[in-house]
Amino acid sequence: MTLLEFKDLSVTYRGSRGRIPAVRGVDLKVEAGRTLGIAGESGCGKSTLAMAVLRLLPKTAEVTGTILLDGEDLLEMGWGRLRAVRWTGASIVFQGAMHSLNAVQRIGRQVAEPILVHEDVTPAEAGKRAEALLERVGLPPSRARSFPHELSGGQRQRVMIAMALACDPDVVIADEATTALDVMVQAQVLQLISGLVTERGVGLMMISHDLSVLSSVCDTAAVMYAGRIVEQGPAAEVFAEARHPYSAALGAAFPVIGDPASRKRPGGLAGDPPNPAKLPEGCSFRPRCAVAEERCGEAAPQLLEVGAGRLSACFVAQDGESIAV
Amino acid sequence: MIGLVLLGIIVILALSAPILIDESALSVTQATGERMAPPSAGYPLGTDEVGRSILALTLWGARLSLLIGLTATVVAIVVGTTVGVTAGHVGGWYGWVALRISDWFMVLPSLVVAIALLAVLGRSMSTTILVIAMVSWSGTTRLVRAQTLTVQSRPYLERAKALGAGHWHQMTKHILPNVLPLVLASATLLVPSAILMESSLAWLGLGDPNVVSWGSILNRASSNGAVSAHAWWYLLPPGLAILVVVLAFMMCGRALEAVFNPRLRGERG
Repeated sequence: MTLLEFKDLSVTYRGSRGRIPAVRGVDLKVEAGRTLGIAGESGCGKSTLAMAVLRLLPKTAEVTGTILLDGEDLLEMGWGRLRAVRWTGASIVFQGAMHSLNAVQRIGRQVAEPILVHEDVTPAEAGKRAEALLERVGLPPSRARSFPHELSGGQRQRVMIAMALACDPDVVIADEATTALDVMVQAQVLQLISGLVTERGVGLMMISHDLSVLSSVCDTAAVMYAGRIVEQGPAAEVFAEARHPYSAALGAAFPVIGDPASRKRPGGLAGDPPNPAKLPEGCSFRPRCAVAEERCGEAAPQLLEVGAGRLSACFVAQDGESIAV
Repeated sequence: MIGLVLLGIIVILALSAPILIDESALSVTQATGERMAPPSAGYPLGTDEVGRSILALTLWGARLSLLIGLTATVVAIVVGTTVGVTAGHVGGWYGWVALRISDWFMVLPSLVVAIALLAVLGRSMSTTILVIAMVSWSGTTRLVRAQTLTVQSRPYLERAKALGAGHWHQMTKHILPNVLPLVLASATLLVPSAILMESSLAWLGLGDPNVVSWGSILNRASSNGAVSAHAWWYLLPPGLAILVVVLAFMMCGRALEAVFNPRLRGERG
């Protein structure tokens, strides 16, 4: 069942230096009990996409297209309905748990906050549910009386997850939820998140620049570049055998531990992502692409099928040629 | 620390004034002492022009000065914080207008405005409080608005918005608790200026004629020729009392400020 669907979504920021397209024509679906991963480097539009779901973008952002949450168009919603849908329909696990928690409030009160905002319950009842939620994410309920600074980074991230689950949302969006954590805690938190997805049947949209995170948790993966999806497919396949030169380069940028050859390989990608205000003609990845051809500068490639369940926006891959760098 | 001790002593003295000295000591008709007598055993601080004890007047004056200073501060702080938080949070057109109004109050010379307002509204304790509050709320507004803007950009406010919290919820549950320490520090600095303002107004003869405050004692002293009579005992006690109270509040305020803003602690090592 499709819980969240983006149809031809575009977000443009109106700035003093003109219009800056951050997201350009994105089509995506989040299914119940499945995890969708979105990868890409900084500034490719990942977070803008996440914020667009709950309409948290600044007023300067112009959103076109459709976002369907349980079949209801979010962009058409009135203010009251939107507030009701926030957190009950879709919730967000924010990046940087330290700063997303109010330093002067106890943990329990903050986890109970969405319950009190959305449901007609007594504070005591909400507090009980907050304790149950903390237990659910592997924290002792007594932690409800702690202040954020008394918790470790991993514990705080768990608090954020508990908070995201407070109102039984259909969709959870994790925006770089594990980026600030060390690898061991990250593994625990990821396990917790994927456990909740299968158990509760929520749809998870996971945003990260870390491919190892995405490939371990996600069913489907989408790679974004300059506001567009350039490749989409089953997560394991996308990262093992990329069909777009950008995803290939993203994968190659991670060293393989214990493989000395990977150290000598030219990793990463030269240059910076294109200035969204001045995108290159044709394929926006062309200036940094190792396999670019003359036709790439003439027209932008569409996201087309290049195999079973695989989509790629690269002319070379669409011709069935190898894009190995 | 010294400020807090001083303040404690003054507050205790002011509160216990009715126990220490009977209110009849303030009555002009029941005055027992000689006129304008220098300090003696019966009247440790001398007497005024009708024979009342200056010590009694000063002690009783503390009650009114503190009361007016504190009440006016509370009113000013409540108004200033409300306007500041809403101006910072709502912003836009409303924020602009609110800020311009507070600017307007800020640039007006406060004593002149206070005198004009008292002349129009009539002299009484409540109008004095109102007038002092009116000329001193705008500084707090500025301060609170600036702090609201910084708190506003913290991620937990975005989180609060994301979980469906309305403006009221955001302002009372997240912004207010985070600007309150600053408000408290600015309040302790506002009290002495309110006391000074009250004393100035009373000294100028704009206080409530029926009650005794430090300013009104000084007013009577100067209008009854205490200076030419070399009656230093008439002028010094209320004057020093004002000085000590203002100093004590200032010291407390500075100490609070240093707690909330550790950078100010630097010079003390």
